[in-house]
Amino acid sequence: MSVLVGNDTKLIVQGITGREGLYHAKGCRDYGTKVVGGVTPGKGGTDIEGFPVFNTVKEARAKTGANATMIFVPPIAAADAILEALDAGIELIVCITEGIPVLDMVKVKRVLPDYPQCRLIGPNCPGVITPGKAKIGIMPGRIHLPGHVGVVSRSGTLTYEAVGQLTALGIGQSTCIGIGGDPVNGTSHIDALKFFQDDPDTHAIVMIGEIGGSAEEEAAAFVKAYVTKPVVSFIAGQTAPAGRRMGHAGAIISGGKGTASEKMEALQAAGITVVQSPADMGKAVAERMRK
Amino acid sequence: MNIHEYQAKEILRLYHVATPDGRVAQDAEDARQIAKGFGGQAVVKAQIHAGGRGKGGGVKFAKDPDMAAELFKQMLGMNLVTKQTGPEGRKVQTVFLSDPQDIARELYLSLLVDRGSSRVTVLASTEGGVEIEEVAEATPEKIFRVTVDPALGLTGFQARQVCFSLGLEGDAFKKGVGFLLNLYKLFVEKDCAMVEINPLILTEQGDVVALDCKMAFDDNALVRHPDVLALRDLNEEALEEIEASKFNLNFIKLDGNIGCMVNGAGLAMATMDIIKYHGGDPANFLDVGGGASEEAVKNAFRIILQDPSVKAVLVNIFGGIMRCDIVAAGVVKAAKEIGIKVPVVVRLEGTNVEEGKRILAESGLNLQVAEGIRDAAEKAVASVR
Repeated sequence: MSVLVGNDTKLIVQGITGREGLYHAKGCRDYGTKVVGGVTPGKGGTDIEGFPVFNTVKEARAKTGANATMIFVPPIAAADAILEALDAGIELIVCITEGIPVLDMVKVKRVLPDYPQCRLIGPNCPGVITPGKAKIGIMPGRIHLPGHVGVVSRSGTLTYEAVGQLTALGIGQSTCIGIGGDPVNGTSHIDALKFFQDDPDTHAIVMIGEIGGSAEEEAAAFVKAYVTKPVVSFIAGQTAPAGRRMGHAGAIISGGKGTASEKMEALQAAGITVVQSPADMGKAVAERMRK
Repeated sequence: MNIHEYQAKEILRLYHVATPDGRVAQDAEDARQIAKGFGGQAVVKAQIHAGGRGKGGGVKFAKDPDMAAELFKQMLGMNLVTKQTGPEGRKVQTVFLSDPQDIARELYLSLLVDRGSSRVTVLASTEGGVEIEEVAEATPEKIFRVTVDPALGLTGFQARQVCFSLGLEGDAFKKGVGFLLNLYKLFVEKDCAMVEINPLILTEQGDVVALDCKMAFDDNALVRHPDVLALRDLNEEALEEIEASKFNLNFIKLDGNIGCMVNGAGLAMATMDIIKYHGGDPANFLDVGGGASEEAVKNAFRIILQDPSVKAVLVNIFGGIMRCDIVAAGVVKAAKEIGIKVPVVVRLEGTNVEEGKRILAESGLNLQVAEGIRDAAEKAVASVR
């Protein structure tokens, strides 16, 4: 078993005729994901590198039976691409696009509850991978190893760092979910924790947080109430100066809220192993799994 | 992106949100004439992108036109230090004159995108003109909050709730409702991230007026607002940060001596954290992004090395989209073209890592290659000791 993606995933790529979209469509196919086609309005009926191209998501779904989509549409049009995927009933929508205006995402978030069968991951995220089975996203597949640790993170490269450490120690991953760094997104830490808790194939969880907002504090409360599996966490931005924005729209500290130390305290109080050094994520998982 | 008060007030006027008459003075004589136009008196306000201007001496009252001219001369070019500028302060390049108001009450009003609810939220308080964060902390019941459904927009009843919470009555109440509805329209149409009116005043004459205004925009949406982008004031941004933005690099200067070049904001923050964890001090935050070119990597190096306090550079790349061979080629190019005189520690992992390591090894440069993030941090910290 796995979370979100697996052997039954049939993926389309919105924005497949763009440079990035095509490159990563091939990357996913090479990793073993069933990529059944793509969507670029106005280029329907053509074929690119063996992928059939459709004008609309609805048409792509009808003709290919797609149940997942990966979005590479430019930022100004990306929220609309998510809405189109929702309207077509695509079960798993992974939006890689970075830089979507936040008020566009506010509208998307407003309608998400109208589509309970659909799950949005991202935007501004590396995607989802179930090692050895399938990936939807831009992560380097070869650093992963099939196994039993679920990884969830707002940050792309820091997720790779955690995965790299786990793999180096021979600890495989069940599924890795990049939920994205934007302030308004589809899937929260809590959603991901719930998937992992309910997945019999996941035995331990790595949750990587960042300064800003209160998502980690809320996740801590959720872990305390609901999660029985060992959880290891790292919070990036312990040394970031207050009030500065560090790249991710999410990573803003203001008014003493959402600081790294507050988050770390909340996580520890919930029984989570919090590492101070990002180099210790893998080691901490090994220790928690041995117990 | 932030804009100045005088620019924000021009946008308020476009949306029929009441604000006092005001103009930017070109010179002392102009300041005198503007004050005359206001009936002799004026509030003279230094324009910088930071709060706390009043306490720092950047907002003063001119009793007559001569004093307005004198205050203009004092403020223009002064180095204004406030709680929000840091000790280095900010040079005042623009001075704004505002028509004085007869203030009956000072209120607080702001709109922002609240990540908790994923919606635009209106905050209002009868405790205006003061440090609102202190009010929120000490007496949270004095902050009134309304969350806006994006499909409906701010509704009439919500605007009325806010204005009742502010204690507005009669004609002023009606004006307040109109003020707020127009402000919400502005917020959404211009893709604001935050609009803060502090203070919002009720005048002796019964008008509801924005006495001050801070306006910040969503950087991601600027592409659809060229009119807003035109208001960007480069004088308010650090030189290195402007230069970095030309190459799509995300750079923030810090106080330490270990320069950092990393891909991804999360890993960049984690790299700063681990440097500190091992007893060092990062000189900057630098995210080269996902698809940086050789040229961008070279320029990242150049920008890091412009800082004379940098005594070592740590390159930490975990390639996903970013390819290690491109990073390596950029590092080599930087070393050959700019000349790097400080120790450089390079940690490469991920996409095309072997090719990247080969390029570094064959370059003949004196680089320290690190295995893993801990080794990288330890080597970088050791090299500045």
